[in-house]
Amino acid sequence: MTEQHAYLDMDLLRFTTAGSVDDGKSTLIGRMLYDSKSIFQDQMEAIEKASARIGGEGEEGVNLALLTDGLRAEREQGITIDVAYRYFATPKRKFIIADTPGHIQYTRNMVTGASSANLAIILVDARKGLIEQTCRHSFIASLLKIPHIIFCVNKMDLVDYEQDTYESIKDDIEAFCSKLDVQDIRFIPISALKGDNVVHKSERMDWYQGGTLMYNLENIHISGDYNHVDCRFPVQFVIRPQTDEFHDYRGYAGRIAGGVFKKGDEVAVLPSGFTSRIAKIDTMDGEVDEAFTPMSCTILLEDNLDVSRGDMIVRTNNKPEVGQDIDMMICWMGDQKLVEGAKYSIKHTSKDARCIVKEIRYKVNVNNLHRIEDDKEIFANDIARISIRTTQPLFYDRYTRNRATGSIILIDESNNKTVGAGMII
Amino acid sequence: MQSYSLTHLKELESESIFVLREVAAQFENPVMLFSGGKDSIVMFHLARKAFWPGKVPFPLLHVDTGHNFPETIEFRDWLMKETGADLIVGSVQQSIDEGKVTEEKGVNASRNGLQTVTLLESLEKGKYDAALGGGRRDEEKARAKERFFSHRDEFGQWDPKNQRPELWNIFNGKKAMGEHFRVFPISNWTEMDIWQYILAEKIAIPTIYFAHKRKVIERDGVILADNEVIMKKEGEVGVEKMIRFRTIGDMTCTGAVESDADSLEKIIEEVSSTRVTERGSRSDDKRSEAAMEDRKKQGYF
Repeated sequence: MTEQHAYLDMDLLRFTTAGSVDDGKSTLIGRMLYDSKSIFQDQMEAIEKASARIGGEGEEGVNLALLTDGLRAEREQGITIDVAYRYFATPKRKFIIADTPGHIQYTRNMVTGASSANLAIILVDARKGLIEQTCRHSFIASLLKIPHIIFCVNKMDLVDYEQDTYESIKDDIEAFCSKLDVQDIRFIPISALKGDNVVHKSERMDWYQGGTLMYNLENIHISGDYNHVDCRFPVQFVIRPQTDEFHDYRGYAGRIAGGVFKKGDEVAVLPSGFTSRIAKIDTMDGEVDEAFTPMSCTILLEDNLDVSRGDMIVRTNNKPEVGQDIDMMICWMGDQKLVEGAKYSIKHTSKDARCIVKEIRYKVNVNNLHRIEDDKEIFANDIARISIRTTQPLFYDRYTRNRATGSIILIDESNNKTVGAGMII
Repeated sequence: MQSYSLTHLKELESESIFVLREVAAQFENPVMLFSGGKDSIVMFHLARKAFWPGKVPFPLLHVDTGHNFPETIEFRDWLMKETGADLIVGSVQQSIDEGKVTEEKGVNASRNGLQTVTLLESLEKGKYDAALGGGRRDEEKARAKERFFSHRDEFGQWDPKNQRPELWNIFNGKKAMGEHFRVFPISNWTEMDIWQYILAEKIAIPTIYFAHKRKVIERDGVILADNEVIMKKEGEVGVEKMIRFRTIGDMTCTGAVESDADSLEKIIEEVSSTRVTERGSRSDDKRSEAAMEDRKKQGYF
């Protein structure tokens, strides 16, 4: 029974992994799954078979990287073509890994994986140290405002587990990261292939006093990562059963995007600005006294107001920005380049609208963070600062203050593809 | 000080409810695929939570292969009556009778592949623009690459190399005429999460998940129920064993495990100590290393 309780007490950590093509990312994930005993016998047998065919490496005689190589197309080319999600749990926590490929042309995948992560693991090859892609990955992690970054200096076995090599790489990365806005940066020397400092503490690097990667993943404090200050409730769906039992029931269903809502709170509804009080916060399991991010619930108001999807319920004394002229950093993902004057559909919280790109301010060189003001050709995988004007007012916060109300996507109206990930400034 | 954090099950529940509500809001005519298995039962439970006290605003679609376990059908009908949900049944037998598909022959024949045809036909007939499925990313490696909102072209095909990026929790369900979406609200749940949730929420499930005595045959390491739809090889005889099913599919290809877990607590204990994935006992996935990837591209769930 105690085990049962432990399971119900676990929290959830979502992390993303980034690294260049040969940094050993798949091996690291395979190692975490293998050493935490999350690999099933039939999966192991399948990769043992495949290793015999393709060639295995590592002390177990199997290629742990094969555990995460998903599609046949990838196995043939030996690459990872898309974000893949992996799951494992330890007695302390459940983990969701967004495994993203490291090639330059797949920046969009890292942005995708990073957008919902609490933590990023960035792999650095101990033989190469800080390279362009490390800068790129660190910049994206900070741009997407991932609260915690762990740099794993991998392949320590290939540099004889030397402390000096590790320390000098750490210094280089720290110097680069001082230009970035990240709250929590950690460093761990590892060998994913040999298993040093991944799950088990390395005996070959006694000079390293810190915890293993798994220890860090299990113990990093994450409940403070959400914004529990600014109350934001984007209305997703209106529930009106119109049955005899619930004749006058009118509930606003949604997921709390910020702050803590309580019964009796004085609230305002945007865009109308009308005020009311929270009569009840409802769920199928019964009423709750308060609701906080990221809970899904249904809010009922004391007054009968006209509220629909796309509206936002907020506290009267703490309102978001309201406006149609919006500045943002954008990661471009479209096949067609981004141009001034073009129109796109947008999605922001539960709101749909359209926008016109008023100005491309500058492009960012993601390798050194320099602004490129004279090059406004924005192609897929470029990151730029732009200004848009929307057809309707949006209710937003700066992305750095709230990832849920500060994020926006742009959609190409000709093919409905998601072409841009915007972070409001 | 009050700590504002959710347990991982509550966070998963909240995420799934959010996805279900997005589907109701973004699509004109969604439908929920219901197999009678634990994943679709949990998905349906989450849908009831998402719209309570309103009714689930879309019907359920069961693709009936004609090879279902009778216990599954019995449970399905009971649940529909209990919750007042609308059920639509697509019949593989009918597709066979109409000559749209040809039944596989031989001892390992299965209607699993034929389901895709009936499924796509049912979706077309109902003009559904979104089909909710209980697929989980931890089930199989092709599923690990699925989005929550998975775009399908007019032939129902999945193009893994050309998926829409899914950012934050903003879901893009825009599509052209004739295209539709597959949506997987429980993408992030694992088998263990599902069982823990069933226990915590006291959700009813078909009896064949619990240990019971049944006549079975053993073929290539897979324990199959001995019944009228399975074609026996020479020398195969049914023997009675104490077994249970970890997944529910067709009687022809769903493998059982020897078990005496006759309660949810015991099942959870068994799942936490087991060393084989749940799909490891399904002979349909054993056909080739990329079996699932190929079926998904053609429109399978």
